[in-house]
Amino acid sequence: MIGVNHYLILAGILFVIGMIGVIRRKNLLMLFFATEIMLNAANIGFVAVGHYLGDYTGQMFAFFIIAIAASEVAVGLGLLILLYKRKNSIDLDVIQNMNG
Amino acid sequence: MELTTLLYIALLGPLVGSLFAALFGATPKKTFVGIIASALLFAAMLASLTLLTHVITTGEVVRATLFDWINSGNFHLAFSFAVDEITAVMISVVTIVSTMVHIYSIGYMEHDSGFNRFFSYLSAFVFSMMVLVMSDNFLGLFIGWEGVGVCSYLLVGFWYHKRTASWAANEAFIMNRVADLGMLLGIFLIYWNLGTIQYDEVFANVAKLSVETTWWISVLLFIGAMGKSAQFPLHTWLADAMEGPTPVSALIHAATMVTAGVYLVVRSHDLYALVPEIGVFIASLGAFVALFAASMALVNNDLKRVIAYSTLSQLGYMFVAAGLGAYWVALFHLMTHAFFKAALFLGAGNVMHAMHDELDLRKMGGLYKVMKPTAIFMAIASVALAGIPPLAGYFSKDKILEVAFGDAHFLIYGVLLFTALLTAFYSFRLWMMAFHGESRWAKGLHPHEAHKFMLAVIAPLILLAIVSGFMFEDTYKALVSAELPMYMPHMDHSLVLMLAGMTVVLVLMSIGFAVYKYSRGGFSESLQETFIYKLLSNQYYIPLAYEKFLTIPYTRLSELAWKIDQKVVDAIVDFVATTVYKSGEASRNMQTGNLSSMLRLMTFGFILVLGLGLIGTQFGVLGLIVAASAIFLFFVMWFVFYQIKKNLEKAGA
Repeated sequence: MIGVNHYLILAGILFVIGMIGVIRRKNLLMLFFATEIMLNAANIGFVAVGHYLGDYTGQMFAFFIIAIAASEVAVGLGLLILLYKRKNSIDLDVIQNMNG
Repeated sequence: MELTTLLYIALLGPLVGSLFAALFGATPKKTFVGIIASALLFAAMLASLTLLTHVITTGEVVRATLFDWINSGNFHLAFSFAVDEITAVMISVVTIVSTMVHIYSIGYMEHDSGFNRFFSYLSAFVFSMMVLVMSDNFLGLFIGWEGVGVCSYLLVGFWYHKRTASWAANEAFIMNRVADLGMLLGIFLIYWNLGTIQYDEVFANVAKLSVETTWWISVLLFIGAMGKSAQFPLHTWLADAMEGPTPVSALIHAATMVTAGVYLVVRSHDLYALVPEIGVFIASLGAFVALFAASMALVNNDLKRVIAYSTLSQLGYMFVAAGLGAYWVALFHLMTHAFFKAALFLGAGNVMHAMHDELDLRKMGGLYKVMKPTAIFMAIASVALAGIPPLAGYFSKDKILEVAFGDAHFLIYGVLLFTALLTAFYSFRLWMMAFHGESRWAKGLHPHEAHKFMLAVIAPLILLAIVSGFMFEDTYKALVSAELPMYMPHMDHSLVLMLAGMTVVLVLMSIGFAVYKYSRGGFSESLQETFIYKLLSNQYYIPLAYEKFLTIPYTRLSELAWKIDQKVVDAIVDFVATTVYKSGEASRNMQTGNLSSMLRLMTFGFILVLGLGLIGTQFGVLGLIVAASAIFLFFVMWFVFYQIKKNLEKAGA
C-alpha cells in the first residue's frame, strides 16, 4: 500500500536531485530545470499531505505554485534569451562580471 | 537710585569692562581700553561705597536675584546676591584697590603689547571677586572662587612666553585645584546634611548638625581656604606667582584674592564657632605661617618676593584672629592690610619700572635720590605694615596680638610678637636696600620716577593706610557687630596698653636695628654661609622637596600609566580593528560574483540553518548554543588555518 510516507520520500528525493542540480550545473537552462524539479517536489509534498489530512488547502497551494512557476519560467526564459543575445552563451562562469 | 541697581553696577561694571577690553584683545595697544575699564571700575567703586554707606546707616541687607539657576528635584538655587555687613566691607576694599590698580596699570603696562588683553583679564578678575564676595550661597561663592583662580592663572602667566611665568601660573592653578577639591567636598557635605547651600539657611541650621559632620565640613572648607590664602603646606605658589606683572601682584596676590580664604572663614563664622578645636588649629597654623613666611622674607633678595612673603605672613595673622574667634579683627586686618600692601606693591612696581624690571635688591640702592615720592610712599606703607601707631597696621595687628594674649595662647602670642619684629626688620631692610645707600645699578641705567598719575593712585591707598585704623575703627565696629560676634577677651585696660606699648617699642627697635645695620652696608658676607641662611634662602627646601617627592614620582606614574595605556588599552582597540579588517580581507574571496558558487553557499547556509533548527527542536536552547559555538569554532579554525596556509605559501614563494 502506498502511503503518505512514500510520497514524502519521493518529494525529498526529487528535492535533493533538484538541489544537486542547482549546485552542480553551470548551464542556465539546466538550472531552470533543476529549480522546476525542486518546486515540483514541494508540490508533491503539499498534495500528499493535503490528501492525508483531508484538507484541500494543500492542493490549492500546489496550483498556486504551478502558476507562479509558469510565470517565473516565462520571465526567466525571456531574460535568458536576452542574455544569450548579449553574451552568446548561457554558461554561468561566463556571465560573471562582479568580483569581490 | 534703586539699591539693586547699585548692586548690579558694582557687580557687572567690571564684567562689562572685561568684555569691552576683550573685544580689542588681539589688536595693538589702545589707551582708551584701559581708561574705559578703569572708568567702569570707578563706577563700581562708587556703587560699592554707596552700598557701604547704606548698610552702615540703615543696617539692612541689600538683596538681588538675577535669575533662577538650578531647579532640580528638591534643589532650588537662584543666581542671587546679598550685600550684608561683611560683604559691604569686602566689596569696598576690592573695588577701591582694583580701581587704583587699574588706573596704575594704564601707566605700568603702557609699553606692553598685551595692554588690552591685560585689562580684559584684570577686570574679569574683579568681576569674579565680586561674585565671590557678593553671592549669598556657597555655589555662587565657588563660581567666583574658581573664577578668580582662572584669572589669577591668566595673569600670573600673562607673559606666557617666559618659561618661569607659565610654570608659576600652572603651579598656582594646580595647587589651588587640589585645595578646591576639599572645599567642594565641604559644600557637598553641607548640601547632603542640610539640603541647602543658601548662607542664611545653612548658618541658621548648622547647630543642628552632629559634631562629627560639623567637624568635617569646617575642615574641608578650611582646606579650600588654605589653598586660596596660601597657607602651609600649599604656600609655595604665592611667591612664585610674583612672575606676573606687578599690578597683578598688588591686586590679586596681596589685597584681594588671597584674602578670599580669610573671607570664607569669616563668612562661615557660625560654623567655626561650633568647633573651637579647629579654630585653635587654624590659629596655630596661622601663627606658624606668619613666622615661617617672615623668616623667608628676611633673606630674600627679590623685591617682590619679600613683599609676597610678607603677605603670606599677614595672612597668617588674619587666620590667627579668625581661628581664635575674633572674626571681626580678621576682617579688619584684611581691610587695612589690603591698603598698605597694595600700596607697597605698586611702589615696588614703580621701582621695577625705574630699574627696567630688575628685581634684585642687591642691584638697587640709592633710589631715594631719583624717586622721592615712591620712597616716601613705601616708607609709610612699611611703617603701616610694621604696626606703628597711628597707622592702620597698628590697630588691626595689635588687636590680633591682644586676642592671642587674652585667650591665654601665649605661645601663639609669642610667635606673633616675634614675627612682628621680623616684619619690621625685613620691611626696612627692603626699604634701605632699595632706596638708601650707594647706587649699585648696572651702568647705563637711568632710573626715573613713574608717571604722575601712577603716583596719584598710590596716594589714596597710602591715605587709607594711614587713616583707616583710627578713623574707621569705630564705624567698622558698629557696622560688623550686627553680623559678627565682637569677641575680645576681657583684659585690664592698663595691661592692654602695656602690651601695646611693649610691642610698639620692640617694633621700633627692630626698625632702628634694620636702619642702623643697612645704613652701614648690611651684614657681612660670611652670614650667607651659615646653615640657617641657606635654609631660609632656599625656602626651607620645600619647593625642592615638592619637586623630588611629588612632581617627579607623579611624572613617573604618569609615564607608567601612559605605557599601560599603550600596551593594554590601545592594543585591545587595535586588536579589534585588525581582526575585523583581516576577517574582511579573508572573506572577500567569497564574493566572486559567480552565480554558481553563490548558489552553493546559499544551499550550504540553508542546510546549516535547517540543521540548527532541527538541533534546537531536539535538544533545546542549550543544544542550539553548543551547536552554534561548534560551528563558530569551526569557522575560526578554518580562518586560522587559512592564514597559516597563506603565510606558508608566502614564505615558500
